[in-house]
Amino acid sequence: MANLGKQYQNGEVIVRQGDAGKCMFVIQNGEVEAVAERNGREFRLRKMGPNDFFGEMALFEHETRTATVRALCPTHVLTIDKKNFLGGIHEDPSLAFRIVQTMSHRIRDLTDRLAKYEEDSQQN
Amino acid sequence: MKMAEKLQQLGERVPKRQQSLPKTLQDGSRIAVIGAGPAGSMFSYFVINMAEAMGLDVAVEMFEPRHFCHRGPAGCNHCGGIVSESLVQRLATEGIMLPDDVVQRGIESYTLHMDVGDVEIATPLMEKRIAAVYRGNGPRNSEPLDTCSFDRYLLELAQQKGATVVHRLVTDVHREDDHMCVHCADQYSQNYDLVVLATGVNSRLMETLESQTQEFQRPGRTKTFICEFLLGRKVIRETFGPSMHVFLLDIPRLEFAALIPKGDYVTLCLLGDDINDELMERFFNSPEVRNCFPGGTIPAQACHCYPRINIKAARPAYGDRLVFIGDSGATRLFKDGIGAAYRTAKAAAKTVVFHGVSAENFKAHYAPLCRAINNDNQMGKVVFGFGSLVQKSRFARRGILRMTANEQNQSDRPKRMSGVLWDLFSGSAPYTDVFLRTLHPAYLGSLFWNLLAGNLPAGMIRNGHGRSEERNHVEH
Ligand SMILES: Cc1cc2nc3c(=O)[nH]c(=O)nc-3n(C[C@H](O)[C@H](O)[C@H](O)COP(=O)(O)OP(=O)(O)OC[C@H]3O[C@@H](n4cnc5c(N)ncnc54)[C@H](O)[C@@H]3O)c2cc1C
Repeated sequence: MANLGKQYQNGEVIVRQGDAGKCMFVIQNGEVEAVAERNGREFRLRKMGPNDFFGEMALFEHETRTATVRALCPTHVLTIDKKNFLGGIHEDPSLAFRIVQTMSHRIRDLTDRLAKYEEDSQQN
Repeated sequence: MKMAEKLQQLGERVPKRQQSLPKTLQDGSRIAVIGAGPAGSMFSYFVINMAEAMGLDVAVEMFEPRHFCHRGPAGCNHCGGIVSESLVQRLATEGIMLPDDVVQRGIESYTLHMDVGDVEIATPLMEKRIAAVYRGNGPRNSEPLDTCSFDRYLLELAQQKGATVVHRLVTDVHREDDHMCVHCADQYSQNYDLVVLATGVNSRLMETLESQTQEFQRPGRTKTFICEFLLGRKVIRETFGPSMHVFLLDIPRLEFAALIPKGDYVTLCLLGDDINDELMERFFNSPEVRNCFPGGTIPAQACHCYPRINIKAARPAYGDRLVFIGDSGATRLFKDGIGAAYRTAKAAAKTVVFHGVSAENFKAHYAPLCRAINNDNQMGKVVFGFGSLVQKSRFARRGILRMTANEQNQSDRPKRMSGVLWDLFSGSAPYTDVFLRTLHPAYLGSLFWNLLAGNLPAGMIRNGHGRSEERNHVEH
């Protein structure tokens, strides 16, 4: 029995907010959290587990990482590099389907959260 | 005669009637997939997935006599079992993760063995992105494994999606009116709207189909050799590590030789032009091979086979309601056959769901991928031709060893030779890519310098590029 990917220990940072990125990551086993840092404070965006991916925006944009992702326990993470991904999409655009689907879920989730935030701030 | 018409003739036994059924998938359409190796299972998985997305309910039956849980050749689709870096990444992107119990070992590096020395080439990201797997449940007489075979895993994925498995050997496929008829060894016979041939190259069925129509040519094949050595996990960790060992030896007709560590066993793969006893003897007697094993002794073979490998695509690879995928259609020359099985399987699935099952549909949407693979294989032949020249030239081998070792020792240096060798051994990049990179002026300049420096007597070269700096390799 063997694992693929690179192993990260509990608390180890896999990507750091603000860093340049050229790849995305797929979790093989373990658990990670994505946190956004603002004015020295951290906000947890989401937790992710096996088969979830993160860092996908770097494949489509040249911007820096928008969140820090760190392991919550010993975790194996597989890197998907931009060249392989874009080469794959060129041959088979449906390769992006799962990513688009997940990004759509995340936008929906963020929209819900934003609406709730607006509602809460109006009530206060 | 047009390509589209050629397979029309395949085994026609009744007069052709007016075609009436639509040549697109409908609710309730039946698909027979002959062979559930990687190509057949992945086709079944993707076709059901895509049909579901389109709101179509299709029935997929996979004909496969094997269960992939027996030990030895009977339970396995003979292969080196390397799942390439590019395929591991593409599958992960698709959401298909290779579980820990399918991966026998994650490969981190390649060690190139030559008569002039050895050099280890580390994975560009220092990460295990190549998987060594078993295609069956391990070598003959091995202890039952608590792991799962790669083919079994893919088969189960397809089953979970809704495909059914028919454990029967198909003996004939022919056209009747406007549907396809599948016959099995035990007289079982059924009609389908589409037949997908994924039998690989080691099947009698391809022979039968070829004999039924003059225009159909089954894939060109050549004999290879695979065997397993039992060494035990500890010895393997100490002697082979997480590295695949490849050999560049001056042995005519040998294109590729590799030792792949897996669990308690090491798999040996010899690919080339009709591997025979004489070639194998030369290989086993070479010191570079012997020195890889503890005590310089080649252990007894726990299991071996002589499977054939596809070296030329089937022609044509499609017809009305009929398509050949994976090894029975088109695959990459000597490399990443499982990756090609995935690519052809998915392209065929997309064609049938989004376009239709006619020869015209396959010609427009499936054939371009087969052509791209075949064209790249032509470049592969050129690349292997260069490899053969290097095999014959000690002068060239010294230069390559020096250039690779220097690149591996200096992390800030562009890894031109290492990258070329990595992609060539791992099958991660198309041959055309690899070839074009060898034309880069910086690559050629560096190679030229290293050919000179590697062949000058020691001490004639100043530091920085000197032999004393090459720590990542052993010179013989
Ligand atoms: C020596 C050697 C080493 C290799 N090493 C590698 C490697 O390390 N990595 C890699 O990616 N590729 C490798 N390959 C290539 C790889 O094995 C093939 O490309 C791959 O298996 C093709 O998959 P497939 O599904 O098309 O065919 P196969 O894997 O051959 O599967 C065909 C299936 O069809 C079934 N079948 C056959 N006839 C019938 C019938 N009449 N009725 C019903 N079922 C039938 C068989 O039982 C089998 O399960 C190697 C090949 C050889 C020969």
